[in-house]
Amino acid sequence: MQLSQLREGSWAVIERVGGSGALRRRILEMGLLKGTRIYVEKYAPLKDPMELIVKGAHISLRVEEAAQISVLDVQ
Amino acid sequence: MTDPTLTIALAGNPNSGKTTIFNAITGTRQKVGNWPGVTVEKKEGVVHRHGYDLKVVDLPGTYSLTPFSIEEIVARNFILDESPDVVIDIIDASNLERSLYLATQLRELDCKVVFALNMMDMADSRGIKIDARKLSELLDVPVVLTVGNKEKGIDDLLAKAVELALSGTPPPQKRKVRYNQEVEKAIDSLQHYLTTHLGAALPYHPRWIAIKLIEDDAIIKERLAAIAGEGIGVLLATAKKQRAFLVDRFNDDPEIITTDERYGFITGIIKEVLTTSPRQRVDFSRNIDLVLTNRFLGMPIFFFFIWAMFQLTFTVGAYPQDWIEHLFELLAVGVDHLLPAGWVKDLIIDGIISGVGTVGVFLPNILILFFCIALFEDTGYMARAAFLMDKIMHLVGLHGKSFIPMLMGFGCNVPAIMATRTLESKTDRILTILITPFMSCSAKLPVYIVLAGGFFGVRAGTVIFCIYLTGIVLSILTGRLFRTVLFRGADAPFVMELPPYRVPMLKSLMIHMWDRSKMFLKRMGGVILVGSVIIWGLANFPRATELHDAQVQETARLEAQFQSELKAAPAHSQPEIEARREQALAELSQRVKSQQAAQSLLGRIGQALAPVFKPIGVDWRGGIALLSGFVAKEIVVSTLGVLYAVTDDPQANALESALRAAGMTPLSALSMMVFVLLYLPCLATVAAIRRETGSSGWMFFSITYTTSVAWLMAFLVYQGGRLLGLG
Repeated sequence: MQLSQLREGSWAVIERVGGSGALRRRILEMGLLKGTRIYVEKYAPLKDPMELIVKGAHISLRVEEAAQISVLDVQ
Repeated sequence: MTDPTLTIALAGNPNSGKTTIFNAITGTRQKVGNWPGVTVEKKEGVVHRHGYDLKVVDLPGTYSLTPFSIEEIVARNFILDESPDVVIDIIDASNLERSLYLATQLRELDCKVVFALNMMDMADSRGIKIDARKLSELLDVPVVLTVGNKEKGIDDLLAKAVELALSGTPPPQKRKVRYNQEVEKAIDSLQHYLTTHLGAALPYHPRWIAIKLIEDDAIIKERLAAIAGEGIGVLLATAKKQRAFLVDRFNDDPEIITTDERYGFITGIIKEVLTTSPRQRVDFSRNIDLVLTNRFLGMPIFFFFIWAMFQLTFTVGAYPQDWIEHLFELLAVGVDHLLPAGWVKDLIIDGIISGVGTVGVFLPNILILFFCIALFEDTGYMARAAFLMDKIMHLVGLHGKSFIPMLMGFGCNVPAIMATRTLESKTDRILTILITPFMSCSAKLPVYIVLAGGFFGVRAGTVIFCIYLTGIVLSILTGRLFRTVLFRGADAPFVMELPPYRVPMLKSLMIHMWDRSKMFLKRMGGVILVGSVIIWGLANFPRATELHDAQVQETARLEAQFQSELKAAPAHSQPEIEARREQALAELSQRVKSQQAAQSLLGRIGQALAPVFKPIGVDWRGGIALLSGFVAKEIVVSTLGVLYAVTDDPQANALESALRAAGMTPLSALSMMVFVLLYLPCLATVAAIRRETGSSGWMFFSITYTTSVAWLMAFLVYQGGRLLGLG
């Protein structure tokens, strides 16, 4: 499942960060790594970007960027 | 005798409280400038402690040291090339895991590092406990606890930094990240190759260079090429072979593997030093965000804040603005009394004082605006504003954070362009700077009021609204155009942290506000002063001496005429004659000014450019007025007043009837408004563009682009209108 398909208030574990180049590495460096548990805090009023809680920090990500990340164990 | 100097660099994540600690150390003794060659703010300050002059340099806040963003390159190059005596890494205690990512990279760089574990109080309140001693032991780095906003632990931190800087022991080699076997093997073999072939010539630690080669770091490859000469081909081929092997082995890029493994190493440390209390505490920040980024309330609240900021800036700012205006007037009156008549006096009053004055009156607005922006930044709301607006801005190919500078453009382009400093990506910054001048600034409004008011009557409001809208639409189109043509594929990723809300510190707000306003003042003293003098010179030279002689004679004649009339007239009609005398003299002076303006260099340029202005329905006088608008847009109206020899207040009807008499139609008025909306930015804005893009190239590009678009649009309006039979 793609991270961008998750609803507000759901938990998931990152399976794989796709994409390429600088963006992908930036996402990884912010701590969104394989196996990291994340929480979807909310979507912005215009439905893009989305806000995640990762390792205790609030990170925002565009929906198109989140579509590159696949997740498991959605709750 | 001066004391020996030690250089201390402050590194850390954005929002780790780095600036607060920097302010706590250096107070007001700080210097703000730009890093050489780039427009990333460089702050440094010198303090005297422990018998040394400590030069503290605030590196840009970064999450990593991989050279993607300009901030990261600046920070890394400073550590590599300037070799500070010690680096202090500010670690946000409530964000330990991510902070340690930068920390492990600093350790790999092989510099002397002290960790400042900052904001433990915040972490405590979130139920996070960190074993600082254990952390220090595990990473083999001194750790000092600090609370930046209460100035706690700052002395300890500096003492520790000085102690470490003076100690002769090289940075410990143990307790660094160990990668998995395959990666280590590749590092070893490259390291071996580097030491045997280049040895003493290597600029940095060989292990670190080897790791960077495996990560395919472009900057390091360039540096090596500079020292390795011929041998670089073989070296890069070796590195490429190792990379290819790792890609094959892990089915992923090696730099992704190393990132993963650094976090793996960090996870190990976290397990040992960090305990989170299971008790859930109230998370204030999250609660605030339930309202401020709420699906329904978020946008209205955001627009309210922006509205409040504008109100404060332009309504409250208008009072001190008045005072400054009076101050400049007083100055002019003073000079008027002190100096004998002549061109020196004219230069000082009409050139320097009024030129600097027209820009100087913006100082209060700029102070207030920057105070508001500092408030948004320091509380953490700026990131939310970007979060809310990103969807809209992304349509233009920009980041959410570009919204605020662009919006400020409606007030004044100068602070708007200076506010682009809040954008991280350089291309975003330049793009925002290029499209901001299309936001119709408040100085252009008087021009619209005169033209639309005079030619469109009751529909003036609608016309002005459409003008503003045209500006917005063109900025969007320009943004999209430049994004696809000039800055292709460089759209910055939006991965952005929403930092916890914090109570801002007044001291930091003041420093912030003052730094930026100081830049504005400096520019007024330089470029704008020179520019105003040049424009004044163009408008007043060559002096038409015969014109002035004629004026003196004519004045004498009028005086004599009215004197005799006054003598002859009965007492009750004397005030009426006085009034007529005043008017006659004013008319004369206006006529002379108008003729002088027409004969001046600027006037000649205007007449020479008449063929350029003709297709857009503007006569040579309009052309001169538009040219003079380069100093400041509100001058367009007063120049028109001078050229059409209108005695009254230029806002009144006299100018409009003069314009009508000179053959201006509603269509040509509209065309002129469109031109004013879009054409070259004023002098102060041009200076700001030059400074903030760091290049004259972008400045000239902006001037050329805006003016071409303006002419083209005005041409379409005028000629199109004529084709439709509206002229």
